[in-house]
Amino acid sequence: MSTASISVLPQPLLAVRGVTVQYKTTDHLVTAVYRASFDVHRGDRFVMLGPSGCGKSTLLKAIGGFIRPVEGEIQLESQPVRAAGPDRIMVFQEFDQLLPWKTVRDNVVFALVETGVSRHEAADRARLNLERVGLAKFADLYPHMLSGGMKQRVALARAMALEPKILLMDEPFAALDALTRRRMQEELLALWDDVGFTLVFVTHSIEEATIVGSRILVLSPHPGRVRAELNVPAGIEARVALDRRIHHLLFGDDATERAARSVHGRH
Amino acid sequence: MAATSVRPQPAERPEFVREVGDIPAGLRVDAPLTVWERIYRIDAVRQATLLVVLAALWQVYATSLGNNLVLPSFSESLDALWDGFVTGPLLSRAWTSIRVLVVGYAAGIAVAGVFTLLAISTRLGSDLLNLLTAMFNPLPAIALLPLALLWFGLGQGSILFVLIHAVLWPLALNTHAGFRGVGETLRLTGQSFGLRGVRFAVKILIPAAFPAVLSGLKIGWAFAWRTLIAAELVFGVSSGGGGLGWYIFENRNQLEIPNVFAGLLTVIGLGLLVEGVIFRAIERMTIRRWGMQR
Repeated sequence: MSTASISVLPQPLLAVRGVTVQYKTTDHLVTAVYRASFDVHRGDRFVMLGPSGCGKSTLLKAIGGFIRPVEGEIQLESQPVRAAGPDRIMVFQEFDQLLPWKTVRDNVVFALVETGVSRHEAADRARLNLERVGLAKFADLYPHMLSGGMKQRVALARAMALEPKILLMDEPFAALDALTRRRMQEELLALWDDVGFTLVFVTHSIEEATIVGSRILVLSPHPGRVRAELNVPAGIEARVALDRRIHHLLFGDDATERAARSVHGRH
Repeated sequence: MAATSVRPQPAERPEFVREVGDIPAGLRVDAPLTVWERIYRIDAVRQATLLVVLAALWQVYATSLGNNLVLPSFSESLDALWDGFVTGPLLSRAWTSIRVLVVGYAAGIAVAGVFTLLAISTRLGSDLLNLLTAMFNPLPAIALLPLALLWFGLGQGSILFVLIHAVLWPLALNTHAGFRGVGETLRLTGQSFGLRGVRFAVKILIPAAFPAVLSGLKIGWAFAWRTLIAAELVFGVSSGGGGLGWYIFENRNQLEIPNVFAGLLTVIGLGLLVEGVIFRAIERMTIRRWGMQR
């Protein structure tokens, strides 16, 4: 890599520099992520991919400002991240991220008003973003009346309405059924086309990573270390090849061949 | 059937696709409930029916007993209740009790709020609340009455002291437990919106833990009632009028047993009213609407 090619790159939106994250259980100090470094640029669909227990969710929480790294630094637009804030909004996997005591619309409005947006503007933005995710008709319902997919759409609408500098998603579709998950992935891509946000997306599914991502960060398990950063090519064929390559990176040769054989055998 | 080691093969069947066509005219996809079914679904109707049955059982048994010094019949008690309200002092006695009760209840809620806020903001505060609750919650409020009389004299002060004691611990215990049960995701979501401290408690924790808070309020209310009536039984006339407990005590001494039952019925009636109207309305407007309770 030449220095020239680096200097061409613009200033990254998010810079993660040598970040180590640890947490304490009752009798252990667990190192979840070890000296991870990467950049996220404006407009990226940046996927953090790794097996369970590779610390990817922990790393995302550190970017969100919910956890302090014990080493290294996380910078958003060159400013160090110190606490949670509305410039980095997280969409969680769990459906209980919506406030059950507020209607769909009020969930969005509440978040905006609490972060200093005027009521009038908040109402406008809530309407716009609920339309974007196709839930304008359901604005007056309470969250418990919605299906899982609809709840995730509301959470996404709320996150987009806050207009964060970066949108963080922690396996947002993992608790959905396969058909709904597939549709939500397509909708997320369509929204990205429309709105043009910057996305950091955590998943343990290689398939989901190649569908959703434009760039994939592969983390090794326990503790999470950066194994690779890959670009996602256009076209089905190239993606299948990428899928296999990632499989190989994560599980090694034998497992990849076994998987390929079993896929072959099933058809 | 011959035993065989060959795995059974599913039989081959032809595929089919068909049109489902229109729904037959006679089939009701969403039929309305009958009038009877709809009436039976109203909670108040079912509960009122039960009340009527209980009252009838009382009436039958008391009549067969025929001794109104031991158990006056339901109709006699009702007569005494009516007389007590219209010509007697029952209304003013009930009012005296309710006034003291509401003041003590509100003060108990306020103190519980302070303790709970302390408990969620610092670990030491949480330890303090746990310790105090473990120490004082099992202590009957009435047991504190002699001490209260010594400190606050023979008046409202003493009653308020024991009322606060009766409300504070169960409410703080329930609320704190509810707060601790609020999920991680909701907490992080609240943090993302920049909510901290008291604003976080008021806007996220209290509504999220509202089923627990409400059950604490209900328990506190019931404890306050018991304590008040018992305290009035013990030292009767406080600040002029005297309350329901005193009314019951007075009439028992004069062997006006139907009046005793009238006083008890008033306590029960007020309890039903608060539970069935006020708390029910709060439940309907909050935790039921939010899908936290069926």
